[in-house]
Amino acid sequence: MNTRFEYLLRLGDDALILGQQLGLWTGHGPVLEEDIALTNIGLDQIGQARAWLSLAGKAENQGRDEDRLAFHRNQEGFRNALLCERPNGHFGDTIVRQFLFDAYAVPLHAALAQSNDAEIAAIALKSAKESAYHLRHSRAWLVRLGDGTEESHEKVQASLDLMLPFAGDLFFSDEVTTAATDEGWGPDPSDLRADWEAILSDTLSEAQLRRPDAVPEQIGGRQGRHTEQLSFLLAEMQVLPRTYPDAKW
Amino acid sequence: MEMDLLQRFEAYVASEKKIEPKDWMPDAYRKTLIRQISQHAHSEIVGMLPEGNWISRAPSLKRKAILMAKVQDEAGHGLYLYSACETLGVQRDDTIADLHSGKAKYSSIFNYPTLTWADIGAVGWLVDGAAIMNQVPLCKCSYGPYARAMVRVCKEESFHQRQGFQIMMTLAQGTEEQKAMAQDALNRWWWPSIMMFGPPDDNSPNSAQSMAWNIKRFSNDELRQKFIDLTVPQAELIGLTIPDADLKWNEETGHYEHGPIDWDEFNRVIAGHGPCNKERLDARNKAWDDGAWVREAAGAHAEKRAARKAAANTAAA
Ligand SMILES: [Fe+2]
Ligand SMILES: [Fe+2]
Repeated sequence: MNTRFEYLLRLGDDALILGQQLGLWTGHGPVLEEDIALTNIGLDQIGQARAWLSLAGKAENQGRDEDRLAFHRNQEGFRNALLCERPNGHFGDTIVRQFLFDAYAVPLHAALAQSNDAEIAAIALKSAKESAYHLRHSRAWLVRLGDGTEESHEKVQASLDLMLPFAGDLFFSDEVTTAATDEGWGPDPSDLRADWEAILSDTLSEAQLRRPDAVPEQIGGRQGRHTEQLSFLLAEMQVLPRTYPDAKW
Repeated sequence: MEMDLLQRFEAYVASEKKIEPKDWMPDAYRKTLIRQISQHAHSEIVGMLPEGNWISRAPSLKRKAILMAKVQDEAGHGLYLYSACETLGVQRDDTIADLHSGKAKYSSIFNYPTLTWADIGAVGWLVDGAAIMNQVPLCKCSYGPYARAMVRVCKEESFHQRQGFQIMMTLAQGTEEQKAMAQDALNRWWWPSIMMFGPPDDNSPNSAQSMAWNIKRFSNDELRQKFIDLTVPQAELIGLTIPDADLKWNEETGHYEHGPIDWDEFNRVIAGHGPCNKERLDARNKAWDDGAWVREAAGAHAEKRAARKAAANTAAA
C-alpha cells in the first residue's frame, strides 16, 4: 500500500467533501454575512482539497491530478471521515458539523506544520491560519445558538446528538497513520483526540450544551465504507466530467 | 428658503461635487436613490441564485473555487449597497422585506434559468459585462456613498466579466458538444442581456431627472450601443454567433446596428411572468424564513451577554 498517498487522500477528501457541502449554502444563508462566511470557509476547504489532492497525485505517481482524483473516483475510493459527509441539514447542523471538524483541524494542521516533509508543512502552515478562523466562526455560532433562545438551544443540542457519533472517524488509526508517525511526515489522528476533547468540553460549557451520552461510534470513511449520502453528493459533483470525459473546462 | 436650498443643491451637483448623507437633498433625489440603490442591492442578492445553482456541479475544482469566489463577491456587493441605502435612512431589514413581499424590483435578467455550465460563462461575460457598462458611470454619481460603493464593485465586476469570457472561450475551443453548449447559452442570454439597459430612450420615464442630478450619465440606448459594440467582436474572436440576423456594422456611424428588441418579453418578465420569477423569490423567502430562528438566537444571545456583563460590572462596583 502507498501509505503516503492514502494519508494525503484522507486530508484532501475531508476538505473536498466539506467544501462541496458548504458551497450549497451560497445564496441560502440566514443572513447575508453568513452567506459570505460559509462560502468563504467552503472556499478555503476547496483550496486545501486542491493542495492535498495534487500532492496525493504526486505521491501516487500515476498521473492523476486534483481533478482526476476529485471527479473520477467512485464512492469506495473516497477516504473522507464520515462526519464530513453528514448532510447540511439546517444551519445548526452545519455549524455543529463544522465545529466538530474545526476542533480537529486546528491541532491537525499544527502537527502537520511540524512535518519533516517541506511540501506537507507548507500546505499545513497555510491551512492552520484558515482553520483557526473557521474554529472561531463555528465556535462563536455554537455558543450563540446554544445560549440563544429555547428553540435554538433545543435545535443545536439535537444537532450535536446527531453528529457526534460520526466524529470518531476523524481519529481512526491504522498502518497508514502509523507510517506517518514512524516516518515523521504527519501525526496519528488518535494523538489529536485529547486536544479535540478539550476544545469540545470548553465550548459546550460556554454554549450551555450537554455532552451527549457516549454511544458506539460510526467508523468506516478512511476505508471507503460510507453512508447513504455520499453517492448523491458525488453524483452531483462529478456530473460534468463524467458525462463529457474528453472535455477540458 | 426651500427654493434657495434646491438651487444651491443643483449648483453643487452640477459642479461635480459629492452629496454626503448629512447634506440637505431634495426628497425626490433621496427617493430616487433609495429606489435605485435598493434595486441594485436586490439584484446582487437574487443574482447569486442562478449562478450558485452551478457551484455544486462546477466541472473542475479551480472553476468551482472561482465561481464560489464570484458569488461571494456578489453577496459583498449586496452588503455595500444595503449599507449605502441605510445612509439614506432606510433599514436593511425593511428594504429586504420589500424584496421578499414582491414590492421591490430587481434586475429581470435573473429570472432566466441557468441550464448548462455554459450559462455560467455567458452570465459572467454578458450579464456582468452589461452591469459594468451600467455601473462604471455610477462611480461618478453625485451621491458619495453610492459612488464609492460602485468603485469597489466595478473592480470586481471586471474580474467576473473576464472569468466568464474565459469559460466561454474554453468551451468554444473545446469538443463539439462544448461548442454547442456555448452557442446555445449565447443564444439564450444575448437578448435578455441587451435588455438590461432598460427601455429605449423615448420610453424611459425616470431618465431625464436622473441625468440632471448626475445620478445617470448616459442614456439607456447609449449604454446598450456601447455594450454591443464591445461584445460583438469578442463573440467573433471565439467563433460564436450573435443570435441577431439583422446585426451589421455601419461603417459611417462606427457602430453596430441591431435588430428589433422584443420589449413585450421584457415587460412580461418584469411583470412577474419570466421563467424563474417565482423560484427566485421563493428561494429568497425560504432562506429568510428558515434563518429566522438563527437570527433570533443571535439577538437573544447578544442581549444575555450584555446583561451578564452589566451584572458583573454592578457586582464589581
Ligand atoms: Fe455584483
Ligand atoms: Fe459580478
